Amino acid sequence: MLSTLLSQIINGLVLGSLIGLIALGYTMVYGIVQLINFAHGEIFMVGAYGGLAMFSYLLPTALKNQWYFALPILLIAGAAVSVLVAVAMERLAYRPLRGAPRLAPLITALGVSVALQEAVRVFYPNATAALPFPNIFVPGTLIIPFGDGIPIRYSAMLLVVVSLALAFALNSFVERSRMGRAMRATAQDPDVARLMGVDPDRVIVLTFALGGALAGVGGILYGGLYNTVNIDMGFQNGIFAFTAAVLGGIGSIRGAIVGGLAIGLVKALGGQYLPGGTAYDYVWIFVVLIVVLVFRPQGFFGETERVRA
Amino acid sequence: MTRRRTIVTAAILAGALGLTACGTNRNEGAGTGGGSSCDTSKGTLVIGMVAPLSGSLSALGLGMRNSTKLAVDQANQKCTVKGYKIDFQPEDDQATAQIAGQAATKLSSDPNVVGVVGTLNSSTAQTVAPILDAKKIVMVSPANTNPTLTLGQAATTAPARPFKTYFRVATTDLVQGPFGAQYLIQKAGKKNIAVINDGKTYGAGLAATFSAEATKLGAKVVAQERVGEKDTDFSGVIAKIRPLNPDAVYYGGEYPVAGPLSAQLAGAGLNIPLMGGDGIVDKQFVALGGRVGDLATNVGAPADQLPSAATFISDYKAANFAEEFSAYGVLTYDAANVIINGLATAVGTGTFDDSKRQALIDAVQATKLDGASGAVAFDQYGDTTNKVLTVYGVKGDNFAPIETGTFSGS
Repeated sequence: MLSTLLSQIINGLVLGSLIGLIALGYTMVYGIVQLINFAHGEIFMVGAYGGLAMFSYLLPTALKNQWYFALPILLIAGAAVSVLVAVAMERLAYRPLRGAPRLAPLITALGVSVALQEAVRVFYPNATAALPFPNIFVPGTLIIPFGDGIPIRYSAMLLVVVSLALAFALNSFVERSRMGRAMRATAQDPDVARLMGVDPDRVIVLTFALGGALAGVGGILYGGLYNTVNIDMGFQNGIFAFTAAVLGGIGSIRGAIVGGLAIGLVKALGGQYLPGGTAYDYVWIFVVLIVVLVFRPQGFFGETERVRA
Repeated sequence: MTRRRTIVTAAILAGALGLTACGTNRNEGAGTGGGSSCDTSKGTLVIGMVAPLSGSLSALGLGMRNSTKLAVDQANQKCTVKGYKIDFQPEDDQATAQIAGQAATKLSSDPNVVGVVGTLNSSTAQTVAPILDAKKIVMVSPANTNPTLTLGQAATTAPARPFKTYFRVATTDLVQGPFGAQYLIQKAGKKNIAVINDGKTYGAGLAATFSAEATKLGAKVVAQERVGEKDTDFSGVIAKIRPLNPDAVYYGGEYPVAGPLSAQLAGAGLNIPLMGGDGIVDKQFVALGGRVGDLATNVGAPADQLPSAATFISDYKAANFAEEFSAYGVLTYDAANVIINGLATAVGTGTFDDSKRQALIDAVQATKLDGASGAVAFDQYGDTTNKVLTVYGVKGDNFAPIETGTFSGS
């Protein structure tokens, strides 16, 4: 039925834009330092908990029910917490390993991921179990009167709009601004970029901070949409985001968004129409990944791997 | 990224997954302590527990831990087991079969462990029961409801008891699923039911027995769907069942999924009740999105309506535990007492050694306990003979009992 198809496409786009938003962090960091930052999913998770802490402990009760106050405050809080953690992670865990064999920072990333997850579990009150997340946008659902009706939650629309807007902004920043040019230069050849006066440390910190901010915003939007957060959310969504980044071509900003949307659509439509139903929807994501990588190992928009010293 | 690196990454990732799950939190919890004047000259015997003390199901697991602690403390005060002090050793399984297996191995390697209370999940019991059975350690679960644990793989056609040391004071899904179906169809008048489960032993089993009875009672099961136990996005499943116009959703699984699922059903304009089994009966279900009107069945009768549970409730309050006794407190208290009383019978005035383990199993098998949940006794498979269940509905911010009944076949 057409209305079901359209609903599933919308579901896919909602999930896909969230995944794309997280994938941007993976792809940017990889582009600059060739590191698969597996702790990036955890940055997304701490952003959500940061926003939740802001809401539960700091936000005056009078503002809690007024989304136009609460939402920007929470987004800023979530992004701020994520940026702080991402920058600290770069400074404490990855910078000392700059120049080390590539496996060393990779393992470190996994360690950081476990450490962040456990830190939230231990130190955030009651975080051992899933916690309810407040509604931070217009509550309720718009039902488009078409066929059986196509429901879209307002908070899902918010997620799509904000994600795509941020991705667009990031793309313009990297393409147009001076700092963006420094980023692209560092990605292309760090040594020559340094000779041209680019400070690689600043570029790398900026990259982690940008990725962290996007992930933090994603964490808040995720909490607002599903009204629940748990310490596993970073791991699960991080894996999809990483897959999206690889699918789209790791290092490519457009690729991350397209990869995210592709994964969202495959999951939603695969769950509806392919054998096995929703029980196997995750399987189709990886089937698609494998098929794409067989024919296009660099992903949709990726460049073929350059040989580097 | 080259392909080789992908493989290496995947391998490392898999390893890390295993590692994340290894932390165990040994936590004794507050209690009254054994400041009594019993003769404990013969030493210490240990009652273990395997339950989720952290993680998403910890609300249930911590209530189980406290209730067992209460029973053990009382036994120590009353000198129930002559000559021995009983220690309580709770182990966290994080609701994960693999971690539960480690906990069971740890407990079973201690020669002083005589019995284990737990587990909460049927899936963890499938790992724990064989380990304890091999060491002849009695296991009494207050919460496992999957039929195969006592009746074997062919539970309905050719029941055969797989574990001689495994008992449970909870009724099974062979009873609970149909009991839920009878209420939802005959009392609540639902006709088109979408059934969703989480694919785990408990959830899938419950969904299957529910569906069979629902079909038998003339209702239509319009969809059978599965979600992941760690999923938070159910938009795909909901979009799939929405055009089928269900008038109720039955969910086999636990509250961390059921709560958000209920909220998202409403979010998609499906204002129909969600019903589940004992795994969703917790306040957290409502906090995570469960709506007023959602239903659930639970094994046993509600604690505050049972005259037999009054003492337990007041004792529990007096012990000042930080957590509520939750859905399984009463049954857990009984499960612990089954082991303690069995131990008292088996030990008598003698000493406990490995040769007494069979005596303990026999004593538990012959249990006639006037417990907090009512009369506790076991049939030849180790199942409770008490088939009392209760239907609950969400009122305000928690479940409130609607009606209690004894399941009488179908």
